[in-house]
Amino acid sequence: MPETTLSLKMGRATREAYGAALVEVGTANHDVVVVDADLAKSTYSFMFEKKFPERFYNIGIQEADMVSVASGLASSGKLPFISSFAAFMLCKGFDQLRMGVAYPHLNVKVAGSHGGISIGEDGVSQQSVEDIALACALPGFIVCIPADEHTMTAAVHAAATLDGPVFLRLGRPKALIVHEPGVHFEFGKAIQLRDGDALTIVANGLLVAQALLAAEELSSRGISARVLDMHTVKPIDDEALERASRDTGAFVVAEEQLHHGGLGSVVAASLAAHVPAPIEFVDLGDRYAESGSPEDLLEKYGMTAEHIVLAAERVVGRKG
Amino acid sequence: MAVAQATVSIASLEDIARTLRRDILRMIAAAKSGHPGGSLSAVEVVTALYFGGVLHVDPQNPDWPDRDRFILSKGHAAPVLYAALAERGFFPVDELMTLRRVNSRLQGHPVQGLTPGVDASTGSLGQGLSVGIGNALAGRLDGKSFRTYVMLGDGECQEGQVWEAAMAAGNYELDTLTAILDYNGYQLDGPVNSIQSLEPVGMKFTAFKWNVIEIDGHDLRAVLDAFHRAQEHHGQPTCIIAHTVKGKGVSFMENNNEFHGKAPNAEQLEVALSQLAE
Repeated sequence: MPETTLSLKMGRATREAYGAALVEVGTANHDVVVVDADLAKSTYSFMFEKKFPERFYNIGIQEADMVSVASGLASSGKLPFISSFAAFMLCKGFDQLRMGVAYPHLNVKVAGSHGGISIGEDGVSQQSVEDIALACALPGFIVCIPADEHTMTAAVHAAATLDGPVFLRLGRPKALIVHEPGVHFEFGKAIQLRDGDALTIVANGLLVAQALLAAEELSSRGISARVLDMHTVKPIDDEALERASRDTGAFVVAEEQLHHGGLGSVVAASLAAHVPAPIEFVDLGDRYAESGSPEDLLEKYGMTAEHIVLAAERVVGRKG
Repeated sequence: MAVAQATVSIASLEDIARTLRRDILRMIAAAKSGHPGGSLSAVEVVTALYFGGVLHVDPQNPDWPDRDRFILSKGHAAPVLYAALAERGFFPVDELMTLRRVNSRLQGHPVQGLTPGVDASTGSLGQGLSVGIGNALAGRLDGKSFRTYVMLGDGECQEGQVWEAAMAAGNYELDTLTAILDYNGYQLDGPVNSIQSLEPVGMKFTAFKWNVIEIDGHDLRAVLDAFHRAQEHHGQPTCIIAHTVKGKGVSFMENNNEFHGKAPNAEQLEVALSQLAE
């Protein structure tokens, strides 16, 4: 990636912000109960355990049981936040999420950590690349991938005050800070980080920072890009997309997820129904990754600012 | 506030059990689909719960926070639950005839939030015991004394999640949680023992730190006694292994697995009801 003038500060991992925010919501609301499945040190739910051991359960390595236990807790008036790796939570707990959380629309907050391939060296078994598609398939679920510590903090607070199921994807690596502390945050409302008129880059999670770096580079090449942090995949912000389509007429969607069923699919469906425009997709495609450093993996599998720049140039060339 | 019904005689409980059996058969026949075998095997246990003074529930206030919970984890036996809820006054008995029809509150399998008195959505086997743990933990956190009852099917115990839950409940010493295993010996494809045996199932629950009570699940006195012993037992959850007969009460359905998931036709219904005459 060429040098840019944009410099973003490195912040905490979103999983760390999650753990800290759990303590805040648990302090404010004594009905908050946290359950983890032997990954409390990794999901940072241990921070809640330290502060409120009587309201924390480490249920052991049994994700299916954990999800259904949360259904019971919510049915009896508790506000459960449950956490594990996203791959295990969604893949091993999916039937339980379907029957026991989505169907009765219970007030369960589901946190899947180690989303995407940027967890790195542990490899495919731990890398969650289906979680967004799976979570979006659950009726009534809010599905959210905060980009940095500030929006993660805000998302946990928003989840705690909302009555209904929420899925939050947490990331393993430290995340570049793209928002101000105290940023205005609402589920389903994209945050515009940069304006432009040649195209719109729609991104979430780690890819938001890459989108900003890409926009800076595009600007030096005379291409002006709008950047939207689409932290909420469901419900998608149709209005922001419609406005961006009218204003810019072309899109790049960037996410750390398989091609099918993630943000790209949801954005494409929204645009097709409202103001269609050409889209290029920056994602994992239809394959699994491998072990490696996060940087090497994102480079090899095509999810960096440089890949966004190339996609942007392609999509601008496709405009009518 | 209505709580448990006053203790009633065994004879009158037997009458209620007969009524529930008639309701089950009539609603399944009307729906032309459903699961008579595993509904009929559970009748005495459900009768004891709802009419024998075991479950503290209030039909006028089904979401009463201090109520006892009953989770029918073997959700395909929904007709026995619906019959008990209707006869107990949670909704009109006539509504039973809407089972499985469009716009009905009585879905093919129980749905939380739709049918008054249903405490969990079930029908995908293996989940109810875990949901029961969640309810029991919430009660413990709030210092409440309500009890949680979960009915398991025998075939259902082949699901791994049942044993995740058994392990957790034992370790959490959840003595407000009682599981009832409706051990009728059959699952959809045939005898449980010929497909994937649970035995020794009592030893399994004992090994998972449960209090285990084995009874004849059609002997109302034994069923009531087991529930009382579970209430008196501290420091462990209780599993009541109820030995039952699939299709109990109807001669041609008893131990005839053809009626696992098949409705009686009009003629069969007539014969069955005559065998269960009030």
